[in-house]
Amino acid sequence: MSLLEVSGLRKRFGGLVAVAGLDLSMTDGEMLGLIGPNGAGKTTVFNLLSGFLAPDGGEILFGGRSVVGLKPHEICRLGMARTFQIVRPFPQLSVLDNVKVAALARHPAMPAALEAARAVVERVGLGPRALSLASGLTLADRKRLELARALATEPALLLLDEVMAGLNATEIDAMVRLVSGINAGGISVLLIEHNMRAVMSLSHRIVVLSFGEKIAAGPPREVAADRRVIEAYLGEEYVHPAQA
Amino acid sequence: MKLLALLAVAVLVGLPWVVGSYLVTVMIFIFFYAYLGQAWNIVGGYAGQLSAGHAAFVGIGGYAAALLSARAGLSPWLGMWIGGALAAALGAVIGYLGFRFGLRGFYFVLLTVAFAEICRVVALNVDAVGGALGLYITFTGDPRQFQFQDNRVYYYIALVLMLAATALVWAIERHRFGAYLTAIRQDESACEALGVDTLRVKMLAMILSSFLTGIGGTFYAFYLFSLQPNAVFGIPLSVEIVIRPIVGGAGTVMGPLLGSFILSPLAEISRTYFAQGGWTGLHLIVYGVLLIAVVLFLPQGAYPALRRLVPRRPA
Amino acid sequence: MDATLVGQGLLSGFLFGGVYSLMAVGLTLIFGVMRVVNFAHGDMMVWGMYMAWLLSVRAGIDPYVGFLVCAAGLFVLGFVIQRGLVERIVDAPHEMQILLMLGVALVLENAALVAFGPDPARVRSPVAQGTIWLGPIFVDVARLLTFALAMVLTAALWLFLTRTDLGRSMRAAADNPYGARVIGTDVRTVYAAAFGVGAACVGAAGALVSPILPFQPTSGLGLSVTSFNIVIIGGMGSLPGAFVAGILVSVAESMGAVFLSPSMKELVSFGLLIAILLFRPAGLFGKTAA
Repeated sequence: MSLLEVSGLRKRFGGLVAVAGLDLSMTDGEMLGLIGPNGAGKTTVFNLLSGFLAPDGGEILFGGRSVVGLKPHEICRLGMARTFQIVRPFPQLSVLDNVKVAALARHPAMPAALEAARAVVERVGLGPRALSLASGLTLADRKRLELARALATEPALLLLDEVMAGLNATEIDAMVRLVSGINAGGISVLLIEHNMRAVMSLSHRIVVLSFGEKIAAGPPREVAADRRVIEAYLGEEYVHPAQA
Repeated sequence: MKLLALLAVAVLVGLPWVVGSYLVTVMIFIFFYAYLGQAWNIVGGYAGQLSAGHAAFVGIGGYAAALLSARAGLSPWLGMWIGGALAAALGAVIGYLGFRFGLRGFYFVLLTVAFAEICRVVALNVDAVGGALGLYITFTGDPRQFQFQDNRVYYYIALVLMLAATALVWAIERHRFGAYLTAIRQDESACEALGVDTLRVKMLAMILSSFLTGIGGTFYAFYLFSLQPNAVFGIPLSVEIVIRPIVGGAGTVMGPLLGSFILSPLAEISRTYFAQGGWTGLHLIVYGVLLIAVVLFLPQGAYPALRRLVPRRPA
Repeated sequence: MDATLVGQGLLSGFLFGGVYSLMAVGLTLIFGVMRVVNFAHGDMMVWGMYMAWLLSVRAGIDPYVGFLVCAAGLFVLGFVIQRGLVERIVDAPHEMQILLMLGVALVLENAALVAFGPDPARVRSPVAQGTIWLGPIFVDVARLLTFALAMVLTAALWLFLTRTDLGRSMRAAADNPYGARVIGTDVRTVYAAAFGVGAACVGAAGALVSPILPFQPTSGLGLSVTSFNIVIIGGMGSLPGAFVAGILVSVAESMGAVFLSPSMKELVSFGLLIAILLFRPAGLFGKTAA
């Protein structure tokens, strides 16, 4: 049984077709990269998967069970957690308290939740700043916090939305190591990313979206050489005659 | 800190035996409005759902208990719970309509105001519940009917209400429910993504808040011996309820108490000294100025500001 | 049901709607440009009424002339409120803005109470006396004049917003505050002017109503709530919406008074409000929330 099975996913906003019949599947333990030019519909897919948007059509099976129509918090409880492209920390709470809110989903008692939160905070490397107010963190730390919160809900599948965006090279390397470690620990990851180096090095497989449609899928190397992908990102002129 | 609190409570317990009746009355108002403010605090402060129609719950609780006592001979000690339940029912309706339909901020405020005003207009026009004259409670001084000859009994009841509500909020803060409320106030969508059933949590807060406020309505009715639709359902009462926690610190345990201890004496002074000279409403001007000042300079209220003045001992 | 009564109700509701429209247009302008909900709107209107009263009683100026002074006075008040208070919390969470304007409302309402006392006041207009008969239905000259002037003011406002630079800047800032800043608009002045204009509208509305109805400081609250009703029904930020909804709500209230009872007419507008809040919060003309 595959972890995630998406078939015929459709979503339109008025006249704009954001997602046009997407098929996607993930197996347990996989790291799948979701790439595509801006406006391709990637975040919309995340919103559809995590229950923030209702699809116009299609099916989403998570662990064999349909999650279409479920509310975001129910989907989270089932084991699919997401981060937001523009991070949303609880500004007036400390790092630890931020993660504690997430941990409470699995550990209703405060002491247990705090302990679980502390462990996650250490895991993502925010230990020294555990008591700092979230509003005072750097962007890199806020991204870690966002990741930590999602982790604290103990998901089977983690949806990461551009978790590298805005980070410098050193921070990206650290984040890549972190995400890789999370995946190695058994959590499947579906990540939207613009940073090609990161996506290529992390992903087992890649799916490419353009204008709401899947135009390519496969191992990173294959996808990178696919002419349709190059065309979508850079335009026709850049397709090398040798690849045509 | 705990010692200080115990000391304060001891002082309050002993107070009625050393001060005159007038001061006892002032204290009753301080405690009572602190209680109402604390009840509001649950949904308005912690959950951040600004309700400007909480008077509706006071009115419903009061009217229910008063009517049950007068028409059915039911002791207010029991009627109190029914009043609270009815208020909670209205709270559930308002909460459901507001939260389910995604009304936030200003729209939610307006919804609460609309319901309170509807209650007021209905109470004003339905003669069966007293109409424009309202309800009057005949004085019997019978404790079984929640009436006491001695002012001091009301004092202790009000004190217990205030302390109980405060203890409840203190407990909530340390419980998962409280953590969820605080998080929802800051970012509801993020909460949803973290497995929090925000609708359920908000509903719970609203129901609890309105229930407690409804119980307060019974105290109101049987302390003042009269229920006037404009007074008990009107916006002025909602303002009195809301302003104490906001000035004192919404979303904190001590906020409503601090707010009430600051504002109630103020209101009383202005009412006593200025009402005769045609200066009715002066205390409301002060409320308005304080509200503006708090928003501009102390948005989190007086209590958090005071806490920052006192250096924290390292954990 | 007596047709005359219904007709009478329709007519007076329609005419009074002119005032409601002017009131609502002011409120929606303030919201549209600054995203500020003016909880003090009704209290500003009351001050417009009392200013007209002062002019009439102290200076013998007819309210149908004095309304311009009232508008100017309220413009200044609105300008000062925006510049002095609202501007400071432009980045604060929305609840803060609500509480701030609530504070302003409390101050205005009770300052009026202290200054003028709680008893209802009335303004006499020597100009607008008498009634005109249209068949079995009659209309007060005063109401007609109020309606006419309210329409004139609304038209003037429309011209201001579409033909003048400042007006266009306001509309630009309403549509795209960030963009307006980028092209160098002095946003602070535009905002303050917008609040001023919105307040002027409701101040004028107050003055125009003062010869028709008795008023007292506590009327402010009810007027605020009515303004919100109208603006939500019409669509927050939509000027045509506020205009149409003003007349609609006035007629609905009038019909409520005819068919139910005068004191229950508020139930009609509240019922309408709740219905709109639930089913079409964008209102009749409103854009869907960002």
